[in-house]
Amino acid sequence: MEAIINNFLLAFYIIIGLFFLAAAIESWRDQTNPARWGTGLFWLIFAALFALGQWLPSEVSGGLLLVIALLSLFKQVRVGHIKELSEKVASETVSRIGNWIFLPSILLAIIALVIAQFTKLGGQVGIGIAAVISLIVAMILTKSNIKVAYEDTQRMVRSVGSAGILPQLLATLGVVFTASGVGQATSKAISGLFPVGNHLLGVILYCVAMALFTAIMGNAFAAFAVITAGIGIPFVIAQGGSPVVVAALGMTAGYCGTLLTPMAANFNTLPVALMEMKDPLGVIKQQYPIALIMLLVHIILMYFLAF
Amino acid sequence: MEYLCLLGVLVIVVGFALGLDTVAVVVISALVSALVSGIDFVSFLRILGKGFIDNRMVSIFFLTLPTIGIIERHGLKKAAVNLINKIKNLTPGRIFDIYTAIREIAALFGISLQGQVQFIAPLINPMAQAAGKVNGELTELEVDQIKGRAAASENFGNFYAQNLFIGSSSVLLIASTMKSLGHPVETNSIVINTLPIAIICYLLCLGYNHIFDQKLKKAKVK
Repeated sequence: MEAIINNFLLAFYIIIGLFFLAAAIESWRDQTNPARWGTGLFWLIFAALFALGQWLPSEVSGGLLLVIALLSLFKQVRVGHIKELSEKVASETVSRIGNWIFLPSILLAIIALVIAQFTKLGGQVGIGIAAVISLIVAMILTKSNIKVAYEDTQRMVRSVGSAGILPQLLATLGVVFTASGVGQATSKAISGLFPVGNHLLGVILYCVAMALFTAIMGNAFAAFAVITAGIGIPFVIAQGGSPVVVAALGMTAGYCGTLLTPMAANFNTLPVALMEMKDPLGVIKQQYPIALIMLLVHIILMYFLAF
Repeated sequence: MEYLCLLGVLVIVVGFALGLDTVAVVVISALVSALVSGIDFVSFLRILGKGFIDNRMVSIFFLTLPTIGIIERHGLKKAAVNLINKIKNLTPGRIFDIYTAIREIAALFGISLQGQVQFIAPLINPMAQAAGKVNGELTELEVDQIKGRAAASENFGNFYAQNLFIGSSSVLLIASTMKSLGHPVETNSIVINTLPIAIICYLLCLGYNHIFDQKLKKAKVK
């Protein structure tokens, strides 16, 4: 099963590589973009990393990422000119097919769900297969040919731009943080500063540390083991707190931190790219009031339910 | 000096706070935390490259872009406006209320979604944008805020209701971690202890979305 999943994923990565290649070609052809060579190179490198990543030595992939960072740092990556969509095409199609235009979106959601739920292929493969089927349906429905599909692919990839690749880069940063021992250092720093023994202080410390550490790592799962061992057990459970209350609420206290950080790229950075939002922190700005209130709720609930 | 590796965290926090080039900030942060914790340059490149290649599945959403591009070109937003105009009194906030409720119930039954890719960008956001426009054009800021709130509705439902399902990866992780830490816990009591969180979160969302609608409405009436 795992081999099948990996083959699927490999095929998907190669397709994504081809998308990036299209973005590279069209960026080069965009004469209006003063940074067209840099932008083209940027997409070409990603095309290589996705399509050939399996076979590149890791040092080479890492080096290519440094080139990406330099291009981006020196403002050599720009979206450039993207053709406006025609109002006429939109109105004509909608008056012809009406609400059927939603069919591809709905299929995308449902097929991915069904595959994730009822097969062993998993969510990622589900998204990929659903994307292929819904694309075919969308092309038939709107009478689009391959040329339109190519045009829209490069248009979407270029307008999503480097924001689209940021989630994966942040996930990579998490790997480097782990290799550098950021986890142990944080947990040690927090537990070294406070005395053990006070119930309320212990609860506050544990919940806040879960949220804070999750915000830094972008991942509550990574935080849970480290912070529960380093703070939750000595400061709360060893003081008589109920382990199940502490553990259950500890994890969701961590999610309060997930809502607050661009490091939680899949949740907070990806939508910025997908919906082409102006404000890179726009999702977090909508989340922080609820996240902070929920953190307070966690502290209160844990204090009263655990003891 | 094991605390030196936190310099990398400092780079990312300061870099994001100052709004510097995000791609460069992330890579520099990785470089700094690796070098100060004694990882040599070549090993750093290896860890960075391997980390990136191993995490390609995070970018699988790129596969959905052609579909979204095509339906966008062919009037997705127009159709959303038509649909919302037919249903009376549907506001962005109410759309978010309904979505978060569905999301929490789905979580209860163990249905895991990649909501941002499957629902928010292609479906919920266009509908909410259309509903927002019923009382007049939206400003650029309001458009952005609706997008942000749409994404937030998915995250609220996903995070705080995730542990309602006994077989969810987070419940299993809690159980296995607590067992290895010497304080074993029952999976079903994890679920029971999560219930108040899911309910309180939903009630907060209802109020929060109501305020959002009121603000939008007020801006249009003026």
